[in-house]
Amino acid sequence: MLAGVPCQIWIHSSRYTTCDLWADYKPNDNTTEFMMDRKQCIVKLLVQPSRGLVDEKFIILVQKAPPGYQLTIHALHKCEDGHSWEAFGHYTADTTGTVNVSEDPSLGGTYSGVEQMGLLWSLRPVPGSKPGLRLRKMNVQIPMEVTISVYQGHQTEGFMDQVPLASVVVERWYMAPGVRRIPITEDGLTATLFLPPGPGPSPGLLDLWGGGGQLVEYRASLLASHGIASLALDYLTPKITKQTGKMVDLQYFEKAYKVLEQHPQVNGSRIGMLGLSFGTSITFNMAVYSKVMKLRCAVCISGSHVQPVNGSMEEMLMNLYRNPDRFHFNKDNEVISRAMLLPIPTEPSLKVDMGRLKCPLLLVLGEDDQSWPVTESAMDIKEMMEQAGNSHLLTVLSYPNAGHLIEPPYTPHARATLFRNLATQEKVMVLWGGETVAHSHAQEDAWRKLLVFLKENLYSGTNSGATLLSHL
Amino acid sequence: MMDRKQCVVKLLVQPSRGLVDEKFIILVQKAPPGYQLTVHALHKCEDGYSWEAFGHYTADTRGTVNVSEHSSLGGTYSGVEQMGLLWSLRPVPGSKPGLRLRKMNVQTPMEVTISVYQGHQTEGFMDQVPLASVVVERWFMAPGVRRIPITEDGLTATLFLPPGPGPFPGLLDLWGGGGQLVEYRACLLASHGIASLALDYLTPKITMETGKMVELQYFEKAYKVLEQHPQVNGSRIGMLGLSLGTTITLKMAVYSQVMKLRCAVCISGCHMQPVDGSLEEILKYFNQNADRTRISEENELIWRDVALPVPSDLAFKVDMGRLKCPLLVVVGEDDQNWPASESAMDMEEMMEQAGNSHLLTVLSYPNAGHLIEPPYTPHARASLFRSIATREKSRFNLRLTKSGLQTCVLMAVSVFFAVIVLWGGETVAHSRAQEDAWRKLLVFLKENLYSGSNPGTTLLSHL
Repeated sequence: MLAGVPCQIWIHSSRYTTCDLWADYKPNDNTTEFMMDRKQCIVKLLVQPSRGLVDEKFIILVQKAPPGYQLTIHALHKCEDGHSWEAFGHYTADTTGTVNVSEDPSLGGTYSGVEQMGLLWSLRPVPGSKPGLRLRKMNVQIPMEVTISVYQGHQTEGFMDQVPLASVVVERWYMAPGVRRIPITEDGLTATLFLPPGPGPSPGLLDLWGGGGQLVEYRASLLASHGIASLALDYLTPKITKQTGKMVDLQYFEKAYKVLEQHPQVNGSRIGMLGLSFGTSITFNMAVYSKVMKLRCAVCISGSHVQPVNGSMEEMLMNLYRNPDRFHFNKDNEVISRAMLLPIPTEPSLKVDMGRLKCPLLLVLGEDDQSWPVTESAMDIKEMMEQAGNSHLLTVLSYPNAGHLIEPPYTPHARATLFRNLATQEKVMVLWGGETVAHSHAQEDAWRKLLVFLKENLYSGTNSGATLLSHL
Repeated sequence: MMDRKQCVVKLLVQPSRGLVDEKFIILVQKAPPGYQLTVHALHKCEDGYSWEAFGHYTADTRGTVNVSEHSSLGGTYSGVEQMGLLWSLRPVPGSKPGLRLRKMNVQTPMEVTISVYQGHQTEGFMDQVPLASVVVERWFMAPGVRRIPITEDGLTATLFLPPGPGPFPGLLDLWGGGGQLVEYRACLLASHGIASLALDYLTPKITMETGKMVELQYFEKAYKVLEQHPQVNGSRIGMLGLSLGTTITLKMAVYSQVMKLRCAVCISGCHMQPVDGSLEEILKYFNQNADRTRISEENELIWRDVALPVPSDLAFKVDMGRLKCPLLVVVGEDDQNWPASESAMDMEEMMEQAGNSHLLTVLSYPNAGHLIEPPYTPHARASLFRSIATREKSRFNLRLTKSGLQTCVLMAVSVFFAVIVLWGGETVAHSRAQEDAWRKLLVFLKENLYSGSNPGTTLLSHL
């Protein structure tokens, strides 16, 4: 509102009329208003923000539809691999001709009910796509583009053959403005460091993904967008392994830690570690046994502490596949591997001694994880820590009906995807598990709590293990 | 911040990526209650110059500063000014004089670093470590807007198409006497749903190569490019001009047989020109009274008298009585460069006499200057300007007066070098005018380009 902006508007012959009128129309929105000369109705579509971070919510508003009008809100995304993904919800405009996705229920589509972010987390490959696809952003320097459109009626297919009533493009960014992306190649490392904007120094974090390898940056860049200097580390397919054929040893991880510790923009006494899947094996090992790493805290998502504790990294990896008969195929020919580490051993050399952990630990697991025995491992970890008297360091977030791939929020749920097993070099359809709605809610909740956990432990004072449990 | 002797504050700017004409919210939290702090903005423009703005605040009882609600006690702006950190940006101390902030590459955002410093400071920010700092991006193109260079038919132009299925209404966008292909307003308008064509008509490739100015058919070709584009609704095309661009806009709106404009917007311009003249003759018309140039106390050129007085001879002003489409005229009353107010008054009179004044809306802003730009653009009261227009004139019609000789020298200088030109305007009033004018301009364009037949009467009460 610009109350009292001096402005003289000349209307007809009444000159010099000082006015402070203003239009109630707010043009500062990313709106498109259509359609002229059409037989369809005109609706106004607004998505705010039009450029947001991947973990930010957006508001989708349809206005100026006829009251009671049936319409479909549709999301379309073409991923880096060139595959198309879509999601849609069926809505009915209210008496004011409005649909507000944050408040109104979807009556059907790829999601139902009141789901503010349903158009993202329920994205799925369009009909006719290759099976087993997984949506992952590898280039984090450019945003994910999603086209949000409104179609008339409650539709379920053939969107690409129609002209929408309205359409906008929304960008979802993995890097906040000012986050710096720094490739790290020293000491034989294959890594990327993401530094938050600002004067620093910032707390640091080592970020490890799982058995699929590659240098996966999107979680580290998001964490840097939240103020944590994060190092994404490729430890299964780094340059040095590709060139020599040899897997890295555990010192590789300690070198990565040192890069963080010694960086002028990083507070070396406030470094944490986050691992998912096989990355948790490394994280548990480093947190308990490393003489070099002084971790302030650790986060383990969808993993296990079961491993040959004195083994090399290669031995840890191969340990997963030592019992091929523990791998099952379901009726859809998807591999269920969760039994590979079962039963949880009692022998000390076969699992990390969690009783010796000295820093706060957050465990995140999906109870429908078909890939790793996460629930059994968490129970065993809890038991070990209770016996040792350090269970106050432990927080477990256990999500019913969530699967293995607990990703940043609004990432489409992948119940089963084609996965190249680096140990065996085979590509198989792996069942990760999880029911989409529960899994998506779990991702959102886990991310929020993970951020609180990291910020409290990396920013605040000494041992905040006890306080954070009540926060989460 | 950890392990510091300073206090820890939390700084949040939302949205972190917004359009250039969107407001943001700047929130400082977790400061000690009553704490004095400075919120600072720093921007390095495309030319490499640094611009800054700052406001002095005192944290409230909850340790919060909300720039949209709290008052700045001093700095480059004062009072409650949600966007003050942008519109009060000025070159840092020691910068070259006469700078103007303009984004030429619209495909990348403007980056502004917002920081919090302790205490109420006025200088030396770069030598200190802030308490907190974030980067904010200000975009000229909404997601999905397409940028299409146009080179057909000898045109030097860029078309910006809104995202979506289309077709969209169209707009021809003209800047003034400085020439170049200036895209930032056209792409912003496309971000609001209008397919906009930014047109270089003073320094297009064809003029640079042949040395000849374009003819009026050049503008009609640009219109046709829009009209024939499959994503543009050819029956809903408008035109917008600023400064010299308004002379073309009014000429086309009234006289062109080719252009059927749905509406026109003229910012900081005038209707005085040789009505049968080519573009080159229009420029000569303004140059013929170059000796009427005045010089301010700070040696800035004041050009507004060059086109005065408003002639009574209809050969030298557009016959506004023949206008058939709605016209929005935007005027800064402190315009020192063009006699926009006098022209607006004369246009109104002509239209009242002819009976078509219901088509006219004038927005007249006290204390605003010539460069009425999109909102939050820093106000340039005077800046270095290299006029393409005066460069063409090879002889001056001199009448030596008291300052005549000095004027002559300065005009000669201006032909070959950039001089500092006074645009006018007082910063706060000018910045408010930019914000208000833009909002009303968008309403005007949307109502006239989207809605039914002749909405000339309805829109007046809306604005």
